[in-house]
Amino acid sequence: MRIVVLGVGNILLSDEGIGVHAVTRLEELYDLPAEVEVIDGGTSGMDCLDQVSEADHLIIADCMRSKKEPGTITRLTGDQIPAFFKTRISPHQVGLSDMLGALNFHGLMPKNIVLFGVEPLSFDLSMEPTPTVAARLPELVERIVGELAAIGVAVGRKAA
Amino acid sequence: MSKRITIDPITRIEGHLRIDVEVDGGKVTKAWSSGQMWRGVELILLGRDPRDAWAITQRICGVCTTVHAMTSVRAVENALNLEVPVNAQFIRNMIISAHAIHDHIVHFYHLSALDWVDVVSALKADPVKTAQLAESLSDWPLNGRHVMTQTLEKLKTFVGSGQLGPFTNGYWGHPAMKLSPEVNLLAVAHYLQALDAQRHANKIVTLLGSKSPHIQNVAVGGVSNPIATDSQSVLTVERLLALKPHMDALTDFINKVYLVDIAAIGAFYAEWTKYGAGVTNYLSCPDFPMDSKGTQFLVPGGYIPNADLAQYKPITAFGDAYLRDGVEEGVKHAWYEYSKPGPLHPYKGETKPAYTDFQDDGKYSWLKAPTFYGKRAQVGPLASVLAGVAAGHQPTIGYATKVLDTASSLLGSKIPLAALHSTIGRHAARAVRSGVMAEVMVQNWQALIDNIGKGDTKTFNKPTFPKGEVMGYGFHEAPRGLLSHWTVIRDGKIANYQCVVPSTWNAGPRDDSDNIGPYEASLMDNPIADAELPLEVLRTVHSFDPCLACAVHVVEDNKEVVQVKAL
Repeated sequence: MRIVVLGVGNILLSDEGIGVHAVTRLEELYDLPAEVEVIDGGTSGMDCLDQVSEADHLIIADCMRSKKEPGTITRLTGDQIPAFFKTRISPHQVGLSDMLGALNFHGLMPKNIVLFGVEPLSFDLSMEPTPTVAARLPELVERIVGELAAIGVAVGRKAA
Repeated sequence: MSKRITIDPITRIEGHLRIDVEVDGGKVTKAWSSGQMWRGVELILLGRDPRDAWAITQRICGVCTTVHAMTSVRAVENALNLEVPVNAQFIRNMIISAHAIHDHIVHFYHLSALDWVDVVSALKADPVKTAQLAESLSDWPLNGRHVMTQTLEKLKTFVGSGQLGPFTNGYWGHPAMKLSPEVNLLAVAHYLQALDAQRHANKIVTLLGSKSPHIQNVAVGGVSNPIATDSQSVLTVERLLALKPHMDALTDFINKVYLVDIAAIGAFYAEWTKYGAGVTNYLSCPDFPMDSKGTQFLVPGGYIPNADLAQYKPITAFGDAYLRDGVEEGVKHAWYEYSKPGPLHPYKGETKPAYTDFQDDGKYSWLKAPTFYGKRAQVGPLASVLAGVAAGHQPTIGYATKVLDTASSLLGSKIPLAALHSTIGRHAARAVRSGVMAEVMVQNWQALIDNIGKGDTKTFNKPTFPKGEVMGYGFHEAPRGLLSHWTVIRDGKIANYQCVVPSTWNAGPRDDSDNIGPYEASLMDNPIADAELPLEVLRTVHSFDPCLACAVHVVEDNKEVVQVKAL
């Protein structure tokens, strides 16, 4: 079984980088078994194609704008996750949805996908998330761990 | 009666590039290019350790990751007058070329091809005829009738399921789409094969860069890949040998598919060699240094004024004074203010926002307007290819000739080199440069193996930062063109940092003398068949491979993010 945990976002733009901060924290706090691959996907899309293709489970942490309270964590699965070139005017900046769209057409889609989206407060220039969003980071990491447990992967905290 | 069309954003992600055009008599008569997002990474770098700048700047953007890393270390090394071991140059060169090839393939097949290819029309194609056409153009093994039939079946299933996937919302059936169903099917087949090709490129970047996206192996003074011939944990000969099949696969794809497809698109859309030239002052820099000082390069670069190759002036070394002294950025039409009037050199550059609304004749963009000795310049693969031709660089001349000859024979009439000053020419130049870079990649691979064979495994020279102030700049011929980082270092900390990026050169607004920029100039006189569906504007802007630094990678739950307004 291949399980990929992918955090995406731009860590220079405060809350935009929450997905990356989440996977970094996950690796700091937990001992992960070999079948779990953690990827800091940063700002890239298509570059992750290879690592993500044909995974049995893909867990994504990202920033998501859905007009909710800043810091709200939303869980989306399967068809709820947009997998297409988002617009008809689709030039550069290949994002997550484009990568999934390409995988889908190519028949390399991960079998199960879960996305945790965090509502941002700000995209200001900063290498730290805003306090409002940062306060939800432990919960976000816990939910990723919970997701792994539901798949049947026991994850233990590192010794302090 | 003129009509105003606003496309916002023209890049995929909300808030990046906005294009406004005025259309009169079926063609563009006025154009504005506006960067809709504040970058400001320069401010994050102030006061930091210059050795960290590369890791931070490579997060500016989602596409141009490694290019900022490379340019940043070159800038700091230039400031310190620090030499880089040749092994590190070779490793960097392989990463640079593989990354750029990746970028070009993704841009052409997965992004801009959809401006020219009608995917739905491919459903009507005869796969046998498609295979015959493909096999007449190239001996690529994946052009046979079996592959074409499979591709058609896949497409039918996909469309039949009501799920167009990556092809959702194309301009299907637009009057400006002209390819036959067979050519469209061929393009879909190669779209799929290009996904595999780009994975080879990415493997190379990952194997050498330790991680992708966002490589980890760069260091001011070299690279952090220790080379050893007998250890598993470092760059071994075994791992080096593992790179070669990926390089060969990429080279094959570029020669047998990419260069051929671009010639075909060029021939079928030959009228697009008449549009989109825009600013024909071309600026590029040499790249792929083969010595420790950065004075010997595998690919040349320089300045060409007014499309006149005879007046080519080369740029010859890291720190070259001709480039260093010619660059300025103006903000008369950009949402910044300077502490004094007139444009500023990047060492003196200021990043102070001054937002107004979108003002047609005033400020209207977050991009500054760069100039080279007071003139606007176009950067990008076309600038690099033209410099290569002007400099007599044989690989560039060879690939350019191949593309032009193939297109000419398909069209049945001679297409001259001058046709490259166009919308379609920029796509062709990207393929030509990919051919050149595939050679460069293998040359550097061989050079590294040979040098290790001589017993030289050095990859890093330790930098030391002096007290007081030093300045330096680094350049790199990135996928979108000339990229430069400029830094002032005071007592070992960054005191000023400016990135002058390719999209600033090309997408910048009017300058201090009110001259329009390359995007804007390239749109003038473009035909517009349907103002509600301004496909022609997209074709020309996409030919630059638009990419405004600082990607916001946010997931949106509402799908309608682009507005096309025709007033």
